[in-house]
Amino acid sequence: MSEQRSHKKVIIIGGAAAAVMFMFCFAIVPVYSVICRATGINTSAPDTSLITPAELAAMKKPEDVTRNIKVQFVAVNNMGLPWEFYPRVNTVIVHPGKNAKVYFHAKNTTSKPMTVQAIPSMTPSESLGHFHKIECFCFRQQTLQGHESKEMPLVFQVDSDLPKSVRTITLAYTLFDVTPKATRKQS
Amino acid sequence: MSHEQTHTHAHGHHHAHEAPHHHSMKHGFWKWLSGWVTTTNHKDIGTLYLILSLTMFFYGGGMALLIRLQLFEPGARFFDPNFYNVLVTVHGLVMVFGVIMPAFVGLANWMVPMMIGAPDMALPRLNNWSFWLLPFAFTLLTLSLLVPGSGPNFGWTLYAPLSTTYGPPSTDYLIVAIHLMGISSVLGAINIIATITNLRAPGMTWMKMPLFVWTWFITAFLLIGAMPVLAGVVTMILFDRHFGTSFFNAAGGGDPIMYQHLFWFFGHPEVYIMILPAFGIISEVIPTFSRKRLFGYEFMVGAVAAIALLSYVVWGHHMFTAGMALGTQLYFMYITMLIAVPTGIKVFNWVGTMWRGSLSFETPMLFAIAFVVLFTIGGFSGLMLSIVPADYQYQDTYFVVAHFHYVLVTGALFSIFCAVYYWLPKWTGRYYDETLGKWHFWLTVISVNVTFFPMHFLGLAGMPRRVTDYALQYTTMNMVCTVGAFVLGFAQLIFLYNVLSTMFGKGKKADAKVWDGSHGLEWTLDSPAPYHSFTTPPTLKLISNEVEHKFEH
Repeated sequence: MSEQRSHKKVIIIGGAAAAVMFMFCFAIVPVYSVICRATGINTSAPDTSLITPAELAAMKKPEDVTRNIKVQFVAVNNMGLPWEFYPRVNTVIVHPGKNAKVYFHAKNTTSKPMTVQAIPSMTPSESLGHFHKIECFCFRQQTLQGHESKEMPLVFQVDSDLPKSVRTITLAYTLFDVTPKATRKQS
Repeated sequence: MSHEQTHTHAHGHHHAHEAPHHHSMKHGFWKWLSGWVTTTNHKDIGTLYLILSLTMFFYGGGMALLIRLQLFEPGARFFDPNFYNVLVTVHGLVMVFGVIMPAFVGLANWMVPMMIGAPDMALPRLNNWSFWLLPFAFTLLTLSLLVPGSGPNFGWTLYAPLSTTYGPPSTDYLIVAIHLMGISSVLGAINIIATITNLRAPGMTWMKMPLFVWTWFITAFLLIGAMPVLAGVVTMILFDRHFGTSFFNAAGGGDPIMYQHLFWFFGHPEVYIMILPAFGIISEVIPTFSRKRLFGYEFMVGAVAAIALLSYVVWGHHMFTAGMALGTQLYFMYITMLIAVPTGIKVFNWVGTMWRGSLSFETPMLFAIAFVVLFTIGGFSGLMLSIVPADYQYQDTYFVVAHFHYVLVTGALFSIFCAVYYWLPKWTGRYYDETLGKWHFWLTVISVNVTFFPMHFLGLAGMPRRVTDYALQYTTMNMVCTVGAFVLGFAQLIFLYNVLSTMFGKGKKADAKVWDGSHGLEWTLDSPAPYHSFTTPPTLKLISNEVEHKFEH
């Protein structure tokens, strides 16, 4: 009898451990994004849209005209997305602490309405906390009718706390097709 | 496996000696079938596992030969590239989940109760269920090859987005198959832990357990820790494919790199699931044929535990080039190198066991020695791969293919051959044909090196893995590999014949001891072992005195 009981104990502990590991796998998902955001490993962290109070304070610092920061823009279509997508200017030179505005050109070359989402990525990673997007087409999904085109704005500021070693920032956008999901939501 | 109808016996109750109905078709086919389907006997289930593994071995091995056929010369003339990718994927999955793991579970089923002096496994019905899930899992896996659109073609690692956005419809079959295999492994592991913790014979303390039992005990914990993570991650793939989630989809805020982290968090413990029982087998066989006690038993146990713990914290070395911070790379590099320390302890102790022993070279010992030498080569190429800057060059080349075939074929698979030859007389009551065993060994050990050693050079020369066609300069080496692979493949028919003929009653009869230097409780049972192992707990004095007399000079 005591033997039977101890088998039951092993089954319960073993089964519970397996269930915990299964849930652990799912628990890793939020942990993963928290770690990526905290350490700046993942340069496409989706929350770059939120400006924290600390960042706001950094942005309020006066313009630093002694420094010139070169900001380069890259636009990529993910896996053969049939859109025209490119920055109107490839490079701008800005002073830290001053807002700048650029446009990205997007055109849906198909005849059907499509929805896309732009995912950013930035190098070097030191610039991550110092490049602030005030307005960006990447904040939400963009829907264009067939053959429609649009100039999509990006307003940003590089704050003056940017490490001195950083002279060039590259900002890359990859355009993903999210149409099927959007239609599913509507229906 | 046909148990002998007539055997002499010295242990247990009367019913232990009646051959069960399903061991022959004398009582009709349906009796035979239902007997095997409903059996809860640890030996029957062990046999079923081993037969499944043997079948899958020729299934996966056939695919390996087709892969080598395609790579015999440049031009990809035999199969279209997609079918080649399917072959590579299914070969990997079958060999890992269909051959190595069931073979070890089968050996555990047969040997663990006999080694610790138990009558059976602790949870016989669970045991039956965990086996019978597997044939369904592999039927599903095979069906996935026939699904219109293409079989699974993304490699055994199922990397997202290849398996999510671009996965063929057959991926869903594969996911369910993996779930079944995972459930089977976890149930098997729970059973083994219950057996080892609760059913040891009186006097068998933890530090008196045979090393095969120890390694399986630790492996069972690795299975419980790792398999559910695989189940979780393939479930996420399923969600991404059908329910609109974005775990691994960058457009929806997910990250395909996270797939790699989760997969390898399972994948690295999995590597040790496939090698720790092998360590246990080798630690049983080398002392027997050296006629000495295992050198450094406590260190062997400690080393296995250390390897198991480290296996959970080194997964990043599979993804150095996937994008990782410098500090993280350094951490994974050093912690990976650290595994060489306990592994080195093990190799040292095996050599120390053979040192000044009176060695004899029966087939199991030959495989054990080949294991020590060739597994060490695989370990060294693993050390080379752990160095981050070097890995940038080796990543995804044939060097990696050479490395993991050295640890899995000359490591895990050799240990299984070794175990089968070593315990086959105990299982069937008859010796296998020693001459054929030696032929099998020499053909295998030569051809395995002809097959996989040139892959090191191919990798260093830059040939990428998972390619269906290659540049001209790699032709000679690939031809050598293919020739070696075919010799290796056909040499296994000798093994098949040898095992089957012994099972069906050819060969010299074996006594209970079987080997001159055998030690441990399993050798106090008759050969073939009675249907129920120890119906009354054995006394350990039987073996402990013997060890002292025989091996202490």
